[in-house]
Amino acid sequence: MEMRERILAIIEKNSRVDIRELAVIMGAEEITIANELQALEEEGVICGYHTMIDWEKTSIEKVTALIEVRITPQRGQGYDHIAERIYKYPEVNSVYLISGGYDLMVTLEGKSLKSISSFVSEKLSTLDGVLSTATHFILKKYKDHGTILHKEEDAREKVSP
Amino acid sequence: MRNPLADKIVDIKPSGIRKFFDIVNEMEDAISLGVGEPDFDTPWRIRDEGIYSLERGKTFYTSNAGLKELRTEISKYIKRTQGVTYDPIKEVLVTVGGSEAIDLALRAMINPGDEVLIPQPSYVSYEPCAILADAKPVIIELKAENEFRLTAQELRDAITDKTKVLVLPFPNNPTGAIMEKSDLEAIAEVILEKDLFVITDEIYAELSYKDKHVSIVSLPGMQERCVLINGFSKAYAMTGWRLGYACAPALIMEQMTKIHQFAIMCAPTTSQYAAVEALRNGDDDVAEMREAYNQRRRFLMHAFKEMGLECFEPYGAFYVFPCIKEFGMTSDEFAERLLREEKVAVVPGTAFGDCGEGFLRISYAYSLENLKIAMKKIAKFIEKLRAEKNA
Repeated sequence: MEMRERILAIIEKNSRVDIRELAVIMGAEEITIANELQALEEEGVICGYHTMIDWEKTSIEKVTALIEVRITPQRGQGYDHIAERIYKYPEVNSVYLISGGYDLMVTLEGKSLKSISSFVSEKLSTLDGVLSTATHFILKKYKDHGTILHKEEDAREKVSP
Repeated sequence: MRNPLADKIVDIKPSGIRKFFDIVNEMEDAISLGVGEPDFDTPWRIRDEGIYSLERGKTFYTSNAGLKELRTEISKYIKRTQGVTYDPIKEVLVTVGGSEAIDLALRAMINPGDEVLIPQPSYVSYEPCAILADAKPVIIELKAENEFRLTAQELRDAITDKTKVLVLPFPNNPTGAIMEKSDLEAIAEVILEKDLFVITDEIYAELSYKDKHVSIVSLPGMQERCVLINGFSKAYAMTGWRLGYACAPALIMEQMTKIHQFAIMCAPTTSQYAAVEALRNGDDDVAEMREAYNQRRRFLMHAFKEMGLECFEPYGAFYVFPCIKEFGMTSDEFAERLLREEKVAVVPGTAFGDCGEGFLRISYAYSLENLKIAMKKIAKFIEKLRAEKNA
């Protein structure tokens, strides 16, 4: 793997690793790592550094929904224009164009079922070009962004040859 | 009542690691760096094949030597990694871990009184297995200044007219040392000249961080003199599946298979089905684990450098072997104090041979987060020791 792919593989899993430590574990110079990170940020390869939170373990109520959206693409703009009208809403977490039975998959975070259903009925389904929507509420997250959300114990014997 | 025991067994010392294990187990919150097995779970695709084989009712004995499809995959693996051809029918044997293969190879080749050369520090079972096979074990003490590699001169110095077999344990547990092609060529020359045989234990072959692992069997004239041992425990994180293998010339393999047939019958069937998947589709998983180990290895070397703790750079397995001679304590004393005072468990080098005195085995089969905490504690501990010494 090239240097940048190796950097990305590490920080995709742990964005808090600092430049000094990255240099140590990759066997490279700090300056090389710093330059590569800066380039990756400037080129937009690295788009942000986020934190994975298991909201279930907090006192904050959150509801997440996956919404399948079927739309009519518009002449000259395809799906992009309508996707933009959807993703500009701050409560929308992600918007993907999907192959198969529907067109856009939208994930949405809200405080309650009600806030999500009113977003769908008032904002999303009334957009020009939206043919239909199907809303799925997420009941439990087992694994997210490659991380299993419950800790597993080290089952090994403490000392072995 | 008569003594029910055999003297030969009673005289064998129990593993030095056992004593330490008991102390560590007393302590609830100790951080252990003492484990000789991967921290990763077996990759899911491999576990899934094991489960699937159970669902299909593949719960019977396999042939003594192992599933033919597994032996074929093993043969292909050695071909693609070492360029050496073994006949899957007559020259490959699936065993219960690499450890069984060590035992079989020694028993198949040794006559009473034959000398077996065992470089140390090394894995704990070579010497007892040699004794059980009625061999006379002859220890070659490897040296830190050679990065714990075996030199041709050390080998020559240990050979007598009774010497028959050399055990070659590289990449090495506990030192992390490797033997590169040029090192092996020098050894091979002596092996040919003195008409010896080699049991090459390459269980850590996939965990090599410098270049790809080179096996001595790939050198001219060596295949017919070698028993190659490898397995699934370390590369594929499959320790609990108990599955290893040996590749050897048919002449030797026929006898090894005979012992295996009578003592073991066959290796676990479920594990064998899972292992087929490991060899067919496991390369990416191995590469990912190797990269993680390598990052930790570099982290530890850096941490020791910052502490001013002497340690040669190991290029294999998942161990580092720092020197603690500056503190004027035995490995046992150091390890026990480190455990009691900072609650970090490491294994004294002496568990792997007397010449491990003055060294510690530190395993990096742990997450970086864990290693970071442990290194802070070790740094604190040696600061304290240095202060004591200067007081």
